[in-house]
Amino acid sequence: MTDPGDAVSVEEQIARWRSYLGRRQAIHPVDVAELEDHLREQIEVLVDAGLTADEAFLVAVKRMGKLDALSREFAREHSDRLWKQLVVSPSDTGEQQTGARTDAIVVFCLAVVAAVLIKVPALFGIDLDQDASFYVRNVSLFVLPLLTGYFVWKRRLGTSTLRWLIVAFLAAGVFANVYPFTPGGYTEALTGLHLPIALWLVVGIAYAGGRWGEVAGRMDFIRFSGELFIYYVLIALGGGVLMASMGIIFRSIGIDVEPFFESWMLPCGAVGAVIVASWLVEAKQSVIENMAPVLTRLFTPFFAAVLVAFLVTLLWTGRGVDIGRNALIAFDLLLVVVLGLLLYSVSARDPHSPPGAFDVVQVALVVSALLADAIALWAIAARITEFGFTPNRVAALGENVILLVNLAWSVVLYISFLRGRASFTALERWQTNYLPVYAAWAAIVVIAFPPVFGYI
Amino acid sequence: MEINKDLMAASSTPIVLAILAEEDSYGYAILKRVRELSEGHMEWTDGMLYPVLHRLERFGHIEARWEVAESGRRRKYYRITPGGLAQLAEERRQWQAVDATLRGIWRAVSLFVPAGHLAPVAPLPRGFER
Repeated sequence: MTDPGDAVSVEEQIARWRSYLGRRQAIHPVDVAELEDHLREQIEVLVDAGLTADEAFLVAVKRMGKLDALSREFAREHSDRLWKQLVVSPSDTGEQQTGARTDAIVVFCLAVVAAVLIKVPALFGIDLDQDASFYVRNVSLFVLPLLTGYFVWKRRLGTSTLRWLIVAFLAAGVFANVYPFTPGGYTEALTGLHLPIALWLVVGIAYAGGRWGEVAGRMDFIRFSGELFIYYVLIALGGGVLMASMGIIFRSIGIDVEPFFESWMLPCGAVGAVIVASWLVEAKQSVIENMAPVLTRLFTPFFAAVLVAFLVTLLWTGRGVDIGRNALIAFDLLLVVVLGLLLYSVSARDPHSPPGAFDVVQVALVVSALLADAIALWAIAARITEFGFTPNRVAALGENVILLVNLAWSVVLYISFLRGRASFTALERWQTNYLPVYAAWAAIVVIAFPPVFGYI
Repeated sequence: MEINKDLMAASSTPIVLAILAEEDSYGYAILKRVRELSEGHMEWTDGMLYPVLHRLERFGHIEARWEVAESGRRRKYYRITPGGLAQLAEERRQWQAVDATLRGIWRAVSLFVPAGHLAPVAPLPRGFER
């Protein structure tokens, strides 16, 4: 070997080469070690033959072959590696792996705790089928505090934030339970529907750690929510298959397992799955492409086409919108879907890339949704006095207005981006800053609606 | 002379298995042995040997173990398995058949042309053209 400074720089070069190689998905650390041994021996032989360490390194790397070709060759041999790297990722180093294992154990325990918690009220005689209203109001309180706890632990949140999170959940518990609701009434159902929405923001604050103030932190939470939804649906489908096959085989020996499903498997599984799904999203976020943006890409053109067709038909035939009792809710749902499509394409878009055809489709989608909603609102406004202001209708109207404002301003920002007058980040900032509005409205529905409407 | 890629890929299995049948070995040493045996005609890109080794390992023809070499580095050694020996015998039969066929045709062709002018006269089968 030549002078020590030379040797150090070769070590550095090898380290860089190693990390470069390690980034290839098909090449695992164990293969990198094998290739590194080869590289080092080659370098030694070349140095003995009279080359300097630097030259030897370059020659040895060249002889190893082009990285792309090599990684393609590895991928062909280990095609499985391009697929299943989700729950157990063997590519992690030892330390990371123990970290992942602790994580998995904590999640498993939390899921079990959630499953047990949902059954605790039964010990005090509050049964799922007899006291459904208790569960309607409180279901989010069985699982979201645990989920928040997981993120508090994972992100090592300070006590000051923790205090606010606890206060939020205590307040939620109070508002869900102190009001003298009419069992099975409107306001109770509204509380059950809106409390999770309000508390989801609390989960988000814990999820973002200290980054809730940043656009990126909130955007991450939006991505997380979308992926969680997809994972949850997948887990629910799997659970459905499990229950169906279990029901069939037990029926074949004359045992009816339906009561077990209803009182144990369904509630426990439903709350446990929230935590497991969250953990899966966390574990795989860098490994597998996000699904929500893929689905939005797929469905945005279809929704846009359907909405445009709807508007054209409406104008062509001159039919009025037949406003039934649930029309508001239907249009709310439409706006939510459109907002979701917008949100998840925004979340996956590279803010620096120039406007493209997809952006135009996106704008067409939002504009047509806004027009459809405006027509519906017009029809509803004309008949709102006739229908009367029930709590449901006021809540739905509020939501419609909130969504309308969000989408309308989004369109303005989007169009100015398309015309090159503003950056895409403005739209991102608008969307992420708007998140608390939904939570605030949900909180208002939970806190103010029951007393205002007399707990009906 | 350079040997074409398809031929190289097809011959890699019997060559690696045969070298491992001599004695247990590791990547760098296998490549060195290939170079010696072929007198420099077979130049594999170094990295490409490893996917071949991993494939043979997956088929169960060879097995791997990690050892600490004299240099103090951890090194992955490969050993041929009984299944690998059987595969080697099978490969050998096939290559001998190919070899015998080629020998026959070379002899017949060389009756008409001097060996040096072989290429332009005898049309090579697909996959063998240079």
